[in-house]
Amino acid sequence: MTTRTVEIGSSVGLHARPAALFVKAVNEAGVPVTICKPGGKPGPANSMLAIMALGAKHGDTVELGCDAEGADGVLDALVALLERDLDAEA
Amino acid sequence: MGGVVQGGRVVEASSVVQGIGVSPGSAYAPVVQVGAAVRPPANEEVLEPEEAARVIREALEAVAVEIERRIGLASDNAAEILGATAMLARDPGLVDAAIAHASAGKGPASAIDAATQEYIDQFVALGGYFAERATDLRDVGDRAIAFVLGVPSPGIPELDAECILVALDLAPAETATLDSSKVIGIVTEHGGRTSHTAILAAQMGIPAAVNVAGATGIAEGTPILVDGETGQVHINPSGEMVDRLKQRAARRTAALAGSSGPGMTKDGKRVALLANIGGVEDAVAAGKADLEGVGLFRTEFVFLSASTAPTVEEQAEIYRQVFAPFEGKRVVVRTLDAGADKPLAFADLGAEENPALGRRGLRLSAERPDLLDAQLEALSIAATDSGADVRVMAPMVALVEEAAWFARRVRENGLKSVGVMIEVPGAALRSAHVLEEVDFGSLGTNDLAQYTMAADRMQGELSDLLDPWQPALLDVVAAACQGAAITGKPMGVCGEAGGDPLLALVLSGLGVTSLSMAPSKVPMVRLALSLHTFSDCQRLAHLARSARTAYDAHQAVLGAAANELTAVL
Repeated sequence: MTTRTVEIGSSVGLHARPAALFVKAVNEAGVPVTICKPGGKPGPANSMLAIMALGAKHGDTVELGCDAEGADGVLDALVALLERDLDAEA
Repeated sequence: MGGVVQGGRVVEASSVVQGIGVSPGSAYAPVVQVGAAVRPPANEEVLEPEEAARVIREALEAVAVEIERRIGLASDNAAEILGATAMLARDPGLVDAAIAHASAGKGPASAIDAATQEYIDQFVALGGYFAERATDLRDVGDRAIAFVLGVPSPGIPELDAECILVALDLAPAETATLDSSKVIGIVTEHGGRTSHTAILAAQMGIPAAVNVAGATGIAEGTPILVDGETGQVHINPSGEMVDRLKQRAARRTAALAGSSGPGMTKDGKRVALLANIGGVEDAVAAGKADLEGVGLFRTEFVFLSASTAPTVEEQAEIYRQVFAPFEGKRVVVRTLDAGADKPLAFADLGAEENPALGRRGLRLSAERPDLLDAQLEALSIAATDSGADVRVMAPMVALVEEAAWFARRVRENGLKSVGVMIEVPGAALRSAHVLEEVDFGSLGTNDLAQYTMAADRMQGELSDLLDPWQPALLDVVAAACQGAAITGKPMGVCGEAGGDPLLALVLSGLGVTSLSMAPSKVPMVRLALSLHTFSDCQRLAHLARSARTAYDAHQAVLGAAANELTAVL
């Protein structure tokens, strides 16, 4: 399992629009990706509900995981997305 | 129009049902029924796992498709919200959780319910923004459950033509987001004179009748005529009937056209006509109407949706917006009126057996003076900046000591006018002493009726007891007015009774000096006052109090009021 750790860059945290954009990116990647808080139970990263239930605020850390081929590229792209202030780009 | 049969009940082809009129005007249009949310049955059949998964997927997909269909009809902002809601319905996390519950032995609707509830609980625990999303999720769950059970979707359907909405009762959120260009009338089976539907419909100027027996049994599309004054609902009315009501509406419009300006009796005694408002939008609307200010600004909305206490700055900004339209006019602010029936996330004192008789209104402020102080400070800041004549009053005052405690705090914050609501019979009977501590009183007739008659105002079946024409209630009002007269302090009315043109005459005759109501009711009350002298009003008040029953009181006043008024009621 390839993993990455990333700090949430969005000022409002990972929900609403930022979460929707993230889910869209995961779906476009087309491979199963998991998300959780450090030490938490990984949930499907294409589930808006699972993401919102994390309650990840600005500056919180989340872990992404992926087993598929090309996982490094997929995760790097998602990490880059989460580091941005997605809400400010509305 | 075809059969009028639904849900096993039959409504006569052409008939009249008597309800309670709560918002004046009449409307004639086809019925649109608002579905109520349905809970899964306790004994729901459990399906094979694959079959259950198929049913669950199909239901959630159908909900997503239905929501997406609405996106095309919505404004940009609403479209984005709907898009996010459709995504919730398609959410793999929700689908997986529901299927897991089904595999563990629940029926498909129950499984969807359980999965939805799990996420809702997590969201509610997170609070704030998330707690608000819980409502969207509940809506998705309820729609999917309705789909599985084969019953109509809950909530107000998409409206494409003028209609009369019919529901068991409407949730405040539903009423507040109504499209008043399509919804020209409202009929509910439950609810009373002071239910949310009644208050909001009057606020929006939509004719409405509540407590209409069998209303939800009227078939979709049936033409009905609702009379928001008499409370009558005519099902499949004859053309003649529709014409007659239209003519009356025309007479009324003509009569009202000639009346404007400050409220006063025929002989020039002033009775200020004021608005009841519950938010910034109401304030803007009321600011444009022909009235003399605000007699009741309910501040609960500032607090109810917040998960933490709003700051002084946040509150001051809201109050500024509310005061802005009333340059040179009065705005009477009621401080926070919460309690166990309207709990605050940040000031929950726990469940109470009788919320209406518990720690609410000023009693809650006594437990949490920090909340009151922050509110008063914010009001003081906003009042200083504005040209409005800001006055502050406390809800649920019973004792002289309470009035004194509140008055001291208000004055310490630099606010110059302080008053109390008179809604507890004890305070009404002792108003001379209570008012000595403050500058004015304001009769909250809805709660005063509830406490005088020991009848829960949320209980539609008890409407008769809560009838503001009850002579006992009028006696209590008279006692409160006498006390006010002794102290020389003004006594207003800010309950729904003030908006009834005939009762407005009675109340004025009892000595009330201002009447606050939904703005849509002001013109008719102004007309009523202008057609009667103060001594006419005193005579009508005497007639009402001499009657033995509420019905007799109403009839006596109706019979003795000016013909020019009764012809247009």
